[in-house]
Amino acid sequence: MRIMSSRLVLVLLVLAMAVVPLFVSSGYQLFQFTMVVAYALAVLGVNLVTGYNGQISLGHGAFYAIGAYVTAIMMDHWDLPYWSTLPVAAVICAGVGFLLGLPALRLGGLYLALTTLALAAAVPQLLKYDLFEGWTGGVQGISIIKPDAPFGLPLNADQWLYLFSFAVAVVLFISAWNLVNGRIGRALKAIRDQPLAAEAMGIDLAQLKTRTFAASAMYTGIAGSIAAIAVQFVSPDSFASALSITLFVGMVVGGAASISGAVFGALFIQFIPNIADQVSKAAPGAVYGLILIVFMFVAPGGIASLVRKWWPAGGSRARST
Amino acid sequence: MRVADVEMHFGGIVALAGVSFEVGRRQICGLIGPNGSGKTTMFNCISGFYRHSRGDIVFDGTSLTGMARHRMIDLGIGRTFQNVALFRSMTVRDNMLVGAHHLGRTGFIANALRLGRATAEEAAARRRGAEILALLELEEVADEVVSALPFGTRKRVELARALISEPKLLLLDEPAGGLTHGEVDELGALILKLRQSFDMSILLVEHHMSLVMSVSDKVVALEFGRKIADGTPDEVRNEPEVIRAYLGEGDDEHA
Repeated sequence: MRIMSSRLVLVLLVLAMAVVPLFVSSGYQLFQFTMVVAYALAVLGVNLVTGYNGQISLGHGAFYAIGAYVTAIMMDHWDLPYWSTLPVAAVICAGVGFLLGLPALRLGGLYLALTTLALAAAVPQLLKYDLFEGWTGGVQGISIIKPDAPFGLPLNADQWLYLFSFAVAVVLFISAWNLVNGRIGRALKAIRDQPLAAEAMGIDLAQLKTRTFAASAMYTGIAGSIAAIAVQFVSPDSFASALSITLFVGMVVGGAASISGAVFGALFIQFIPNIADQVSKAAPGAVYGLILIVFMFVAPGGIASLVRKWWPAGGSRARST
Repeated sequence: MRVADVEMHFGGIVALAGVSFEVGRRQICGLIGPNGSGKTTMFNCISGFYRHSRGDIVFDGTSLTGMARHRMIDLGIGRTFQNVALFRSMTVRDNMLVGAHHLGRTGFIANALRLGRATAEEAAARRRGAEILALLELEEVADEVVSALPFGTRKRVELARALISEPKLLLLDEPAGGLTHGEVDELGALILKLRQSFDMSILLVEHHMSLVMSVSDKVVALEFGRKIADGTPDEVRNEPEVIRAYLGEGDDEHA
């Protein structure tokens, strides 16, 4: 009974999150919420590979950028519909993620962190590179147009995009939840906790790690696609290496190895910089840092672990929420 | 399982100098020896954690020499670890279920979408898991995170994880290490019970002499990387070489 009520609360909460912003938010606020959805998916991607599998990535901004550019190029060059770009971005990012997962096998812990950070630093420059300029628009970037609601729905473009992104995210979040609570998820956590024993239990470390990298890159790539449509513009400087660090911060603050943590982390990285800016125009970075430290003290296991204590039927610690 | 003339060198040090022995079907074989005798090295060669320099280890007609570690369990070789190597952030049940990983076939997509195959596989693993939890009296702590549990309980969790993998040969690396006197007695009874309930052989590497002698069908004794005795517990106990190795003839250098 308690499990049922807990699930019901969750469903109602998700419905409220989908519907309420449509009526109470201005266009700009809806844009911000759409960005929260994109960030939540991106942070979830980081969480799969770093939180669950223990492979530290400081380079997921690269996948976010690739997803965004795939969408922008498809919409701008070929006039393809926005929704058709998501699966393409997913497949391309999964492929790139898989390839990057191969060297990651040889690089443990901190070295992997540095290598992925190098990738994040390289991506903006690659996007400006002359050879690709015909595709990427070089320094100028690419502008795209926000899609209107289909089927004559009585929604404006902002409302529709929020709802569309939200629906995509719900499907991907449920998939991730299924994944981490089943056979594969246990194997991911086993590799993180105790790789030698995981191997003795028949887990092919190389295979699992590269596939996790691919799945993780796919999530972050789809996030980039959504963000590109919401921002209506991509340019190399939107994807500086700071973005990768921001996503990493979102994962830690939200809660490593927590599905719901990705949402809290996304809210944090979307809104806290704005709040910091309001507190002090002169030193928003310092205020942001201070807030970050406060969060680390108040919620050491991430915001998700704090919320878990207050959740109805809070005894479900067996599951990764 | 047959171990044939296995040698292992670490740099210039010879850890195993040509050891051969066999473990029969459904047999419990104890591997003993003083510290530094090479029994843990032998164990690690069998489980694939070390690559022996010469010789061969054959299990059920398949050579284990050079085999990938994650493939061993598919052949039916399960193991526990000397210092308990559990997945610390996971529950007892999830730790155990990782042992069933190699019995499953579903991948990322089937699991993410909860396809029928994935749920059927999961249900089967949980069913068998429930029986093993009951057998090892772990039901009460099944949903506790392992890092919070006492050492003796964690050892049983490792055993559960090995058993759910349906091993034909179970390798136990010092299972009595760190246990209290009472717990060691219970462990001995448990090992005998497991051999009865499961169709498997057990190779037991152990310091605890009375445990080895009371549960083993045969005992192999090592000293300085050589086999000094091989036979029933009684034969080995009375073997002059073994007595000398353990009591040291007043020479306490390798006691």
